[in-house]
Amino acid sequence: MKSSEIRALFSVVSRPEVVSLAGGMPAVTALPLDAVGSMIGELVSGMGAQTLQYGSGQGDPRLRERICDVMALEGITDASPSEVVVTVGSQQGLDLVTRVFVDPGDVILAEAPSYVGALGVFQAAQARVRHVEMDDEGLIPEALEEALTAASAAGDRVKFLYTVPNFHNPAGVTLSEARREVVMAIAERHDLLIVEDNPYGLLGFEHGPMRALRARNEDRVIYLGSFSKTFSPGLRVGWVLAPLAVREKLVLATEAQVLCPPSLTQYAVARYLDTQPWREQIKVFTELYRERRDATLESLDALMPPGTTWTRPDGGFYVWLKLPHGLDAKLMQPRAVAAHVAYVPGIGFYADGGGREYMRLSYCYPEPHQIREGVRRLARVVEAELDLHSTFDTVDTGTFRAAPPAPRPVPGSLTGPANRDQTEDVQA
Amino acid sequence: MSDPGPTTAPTGSVAGADEHPLRALVLAGGLTFEREVSINSGGQVVGALTRVGVDAEMHDADAGLLPGLSATPVDAVFIALHGSAGEDGALRAVLDLAGVPYVGSPAAACRLAWDKPAAKSVVRAAGVTTPDWVALPHSTFRELGAAAVLDLIVARLGLPLMVKPASGGSSLGVQKVSRVEDLPAAMVSCFAYGDTVMVERFVDGVELALSVVDLGQGPESLPAVEIVPESGVFDYTSRYTPGMTEYHAPARVSDAVAARAAEVALTVHRVLGLSDLSRTDAIVTEDGEVHFLEVNVSPGLTETSMFPMALEAAGHTLGEVLAGLLERAAITPSS
Repeated sequence: MKSSEIRALFSVVSRPEVVSLAGGMPAVTALPLDAVGSMIGELVSGMGAQTLQYGSGQGDPRLRERICDVMALEGITDASPSEVVVTVGSQQGLDLVTRVFVDPGDVILAEAPSYVGALGVFQAAQARVRHVEMDDEGLIPEALEEALTAASAAGDRVKFLYTVPNFHNPAGVTLSEARREVVMAIAERHDLLIVEDNPYGLLGFEHGPMRALRARNEDRVIYLGSFSKTFSPGLRVGWVLAPLAVREKLVLATEAQVLCPPSLTQYAVARYLDTQPWREQIKVFTELYRERRDATLESLDALMPPGTTWTRPDGGFYVWLKLPHGLDAKLMQPRAVAAHVAYVPGIGFYADGGGREYMRLSYCYPEPHQIREGVRRLARVVEAELDLHSTFDTVDTGTFRAAPPAPRPVPGSLTGPANRDQTEDVQA
Repeated sequence: MSDPGPTTAPTGSVAGADEHPLRALVLAGGLTFEREVSINSGGQVVGALTRVGVDAEMHDADAGLLPGLSATPVDAVFIALHGSAGEDGALRAVLDLAGVPYVGSPAAACRLAWDKPAAKSVVRAAGVTTPDWVALPHSTFRELGAAAVLDLIVARLGLPLMVKPASGGSSLGVQKVSRVEDLPAAMVSCFAYGDTVMVERFVDGVELALSVVDLGQGPESLPAVEIVPESGVFDYTSRYTPGMTEYHAPARVSDAVAARAAEVALTVHRVLGLSDLSRTDAIVTEDGEVHFLEVNVSPGLTETSMFPMALEAAGHTLGEVLAGLLERAAITPSS
């Protein structure tokens, strides 16, 4: 099945009958929309001369100051607004970093699985992605070391490690504190640059934010941040925090791409951070997502057939589910669509064709009762698929007879009309 | 389905200047794998109809449809839904109940055409060649043992085989199996599309799309469209990605083959009881024989679809033909 077929299957997701556990859309309706609306209205009516005008390529200075305050929550206390480049979502930031660092054929290390939007950027840059295994504690340091050694032995230049350390998309896992130190030590030893993509870091359910990789090393880490999950994805405001030498190149690249990030949305974010209780709002979001995560895990525990396993995220949007042996999430998708439940097949999160037995379930958008119904449907789909596999997986095709030279009609054969060649002969 | 208000039909309208413009509802979308294709078809149809002065609007086949039709009646409905509901006759049966005229084949004929194995039986009985096949539900394999049944299938039909869902369109779920060891996996992925799989002997040759339209003088065949997919296989991607398939309209076949193909298309249309429009998919083997594969009662009408290409090759425009069909449906009492 090609990507166009997957897109076709996804087209039914817009119908209300379908429970979508596919999209990663933040629950923006949990925002105080009236307050945000009047705030944005005032930005236009009172400050239109600035907010509707071109701005600086690097981004609004006031917003860059506030971004430094946000990053301080994750232990990045030494960042200067001059090192921040505001981007059109962190997706543009990732594209800029990739443009600046990567030449065709270069190697990028990324977790297995990895964020599909990043893989798209790397593919466009004609980079070669090497996946590094993860487990419940995130990236496995030994696997990282092995990948670096293998690349070095093959004469490949690794441009950077791309990692989503918190509440990984799609895996849902978080890099443990102990491993953060080990990963940084490996980076130091191998002169490895790290691109830390952290859109979900403030959305933890169990504890406060983890200390960022960037907080541990300012020279070796380029940090990507976003307001898409803490405020609004529609405003498209993200940022890159990079050492000054890199920042220069990023600014030149972004000016070539977009001239400057949109002024109005930058002012909106800065004003939101200045005037609205944004930390409390993040708590509102995390409580909402926690409830949905619980509904997902409880339903999976209760309903999924044996042999199915999944991660247990303590923040963010995603559960990464592994199907029983032999099942293929992509091939199973038509059955799921017919059962009115949607998920993202795992294969999209791998650059090397892996991940067939995995799927990503997003709990951020549907209500808990919809999640429960969606998981119920999904469980039935998996059971039906298991039933099908139990019929066909044991077939030993080595025992099949060779086709005879010419088929002959067999009266009363099970194959019915297939044997009615004589009809053709008579009619010809 | 908003009130069109005092719209004046533009010059060239198929509706007379003294009448209100023909009001049509184009049904597109649906809750099937072919939703995207259907929405593309629906958009093309609305555009083509609007250009000839028809007041056309698109609507999904959802819970708002019947109340909408009841509140704001239209002259006729055009069904651009692909896949079940649109093609299996169910929606048409409901439109019959509601007394809403529509373009296309009646419900019972659709049900027959939708069931590919049943349609093949009828078409073969009418003297049209069609590749040997067998259609079986999953339960048969489970009860009798998949190995034994697959063994029989391979022994009788040989290789390569085409494995396809027994109903459905747009080539979704269709696979060519050349090696016996690939057959169980092909069955598994095909059963994800529906409970019955049809396994058909593979016939190598030139792929043709044979369109039939009734412009008021009875069904007539349109020039055959020859399909040459770049990848060699006319799958979903080849079908709907512009540039991935080369089309020749009319097909590059001899006059004798073209005549036989036209005859096959008309026979299929007739024996299955189809009306207004249909598209038969066929293969021409080296010996000039035309083999029936399947027929579509709601042929694709997207930019890369074969029915509009055939119309164009015959010198027709999509909008005028569809408007004519709608007008006829509007004045013919529904059964």
